Amino acid sequence: MKKKLVKSLILALLMAAIPYIVLTLLMSLGILNSFWSGIIMLCGINIVLAVSLNLATGYLGQLTLGHAGFMAVGAYVSAILSIYYQWPFLLTLLIGALAAALIGIVVGVPSLRLKGDYLCIITLAFNEIIRVIIVNLKITNGSRGLIGTPHETNFTFVYLIAALTIFVVYSIVHSRHGRAIISVKEDETASELSGINITYYKILAFVISAFFAGAAGALYSHYIPVLVPKYFDYNKSVEILVMVVLGGMGSLPGSIIAAIALTVVPSLLISFSNYRMLIYAIVLIAAMLLKHSDAGIALKRMIPFLNKKGKEESL
Amino acid sequence: MDFINQIINGLSTGSMYALVAIGYTMVYGIGKMINFAHGEIIMASSYFALVGISSLGLPPVAAIALSVVLTAALGVITEKVAYKPLRGKGSLEVLITAIGVSYLLQNVFYLIFTSSGKTFPDIMPQGSFHLGGLHITYITLITLIISGVCTGVLLFFIHKTKMGKAMRAVSEDAGAAQLMGINVSSTISLAFAIGSGLGAVAGVIYGAKFSLINPYIGAMLGIKAFIAAVLGGIGSIPGAMVGGLMIGVAESLTISYISSDFSDAIVFGILILILLIKPAGLFGKNVREKV
Repeated sequence: MKKKLVKSLILALLMAAIPYIVLTLLMSLGILNSFWSGIIMLCGINIVLAVSLNLATGYLGQLTLGHAGFMAVGAYVSAILSIYYQWPFLLTLLIGALAAALIGIVVGVPSLRLKGDYLCIITLAFNEIIRVIIVNLKITNGSRGLIGTPHETNFTFVYLIAALTIFVVYSIVHSRHGRAIISVKEDETASELSGINITYYKILAFVISAFFAGAAGALYSHYIPVLVPKYFDYNKSVEILVMVVLGGMGSLPGSIIAAIALTVVPSLLISFSNYRMLIYAIVLIAAMLLKHSDAGIALKRMIPFLNKKGKEESL
Repeated sequence: MDFINQIINGLSTGSMYALVAIGYTMVYGIGKMINFAHGEIIMASSYFALVGISSLGLPPVAAIALSVVLTAALGVITEKVAYKPLRGKGSLEVLITAIGVSYLLQNVFYLIFTSSGKTFPDIMPQGSFHLGGLHITYITLITLIISGVCTGVLLFFIHKTKMGKAMRAVSEDAGAAQLMGINVSSTISLAFAIGSGLGAVAGVIYGAKFSLINPYIGAMLGIKAFIAAVLGGIGSIPGAMVGGLMIGVAESLTISYISSDFSDAIVFGILILILLIKPAGLFGKNVREKV
């Protein structure tokens, strides 16, 4: 039994290492130019965001629209520590993520009593309040943006954090706690009657999700030259939620693929910048309508990888 | 006196929010969904009125009527195309689709009219008058009168006509209403048409009040009106009116006595407080969860 575990762990590490080695080689050989390596970094950050939101929305089943707010907290806390105190990057990343988790507790404890649409709206409101506070603070330089954050984020860090996020979320979901979290989604009353502390698990999943959003924010703030609060408005939260929904609620590979696709495709459409959002909107509506139409269900059956997920959904 | 003046200004802005909030509340009450694209439908109505007056040369009243009709049609079309196929398929998909529709409308109007603001023609008498020590602009007064008349007509329709009765029945229990021979599908469409039509009135008022419109005005207007609907208890029409007026007054007082930078944050703060203290809103019904 133990041998099997070690074997699968080594296999997982190998699987995780291969894309890293391949991408690093391609970048250092110059086959992937700076445009593409930029996209790859953003892909990594979006994977962290989508996978962490999937824990709260996909597995726990709580519809939240405030992920960009937690990302903003992580981004600004880490950037300020780097600029004004010259702390090392990984320490600021950790503190940024912890700050986001703390805000996650502050937001989550009152909000998670609500459900469905109401929860969605209250998290959106917290997102906007965080943004307005950042705009009005002096230390964040308001809406003009924060300049001078050291450019510390590199591919290795992004890859490591993304892998860590996937590993942590995967481990939680496949543990005893994960089963408790999933049971909360399936039926709150029934899981409460089975002795599960639903408030505790709701807040736990929500806070872990906020923690990694904060980490993603720290990666982002040490990657872009100017950090503006406008980036963290509710459209960013929607973008992350769309990744989770398009990839499939409660599917880690789905979130990863959707995060990559929704980063790469808009970047490629940059020359059609006027029509980009229009295409995005049409794809969004079409994807949702197709998902529930007969054609969409037939398409799903044809792809075995998606089929498995379809079965899980029907349970 | 200044305080009373600010309250009157707030009531005027609030009555505009109320007209938009009624759209949210009717659609939520009857269709059980948040129409996230409602703000963008109102943005569209401002442009319809603008085109009617500036390009077609219609008199203001005809342009407003045209805008109301076109906006109601737009509301019904969105419902038929985007929301109807997803009815009863889970709120998340409907939410994402509604967000998609709002992006779509924003970008269609952006491509047609560009992102630069368009000046809205003066369709209401400018200037102001004094009443006692109060200083009231004509636009403020007209806004209050129009909103009052619209909501009065709506309340009459909901409570005194057969179609209104059908709407109330569907919002109470769609399944039972269908068994009584009410066409649920067309009732939902009617709710979208009325909500969008009233929103068009608010859209024209917005244009006249701020005299500058762009494709992004709907987003904030929509969110504030939605907060008003939640504040009043979503699903309740009197609630939406009271909620709209309260949000308007709160915003006006914040801008004049605290800071205009924080007015949005305070409006969102009100929403959070209401949801935490009384999630059903002021006029909402408490629904007990049954096992």
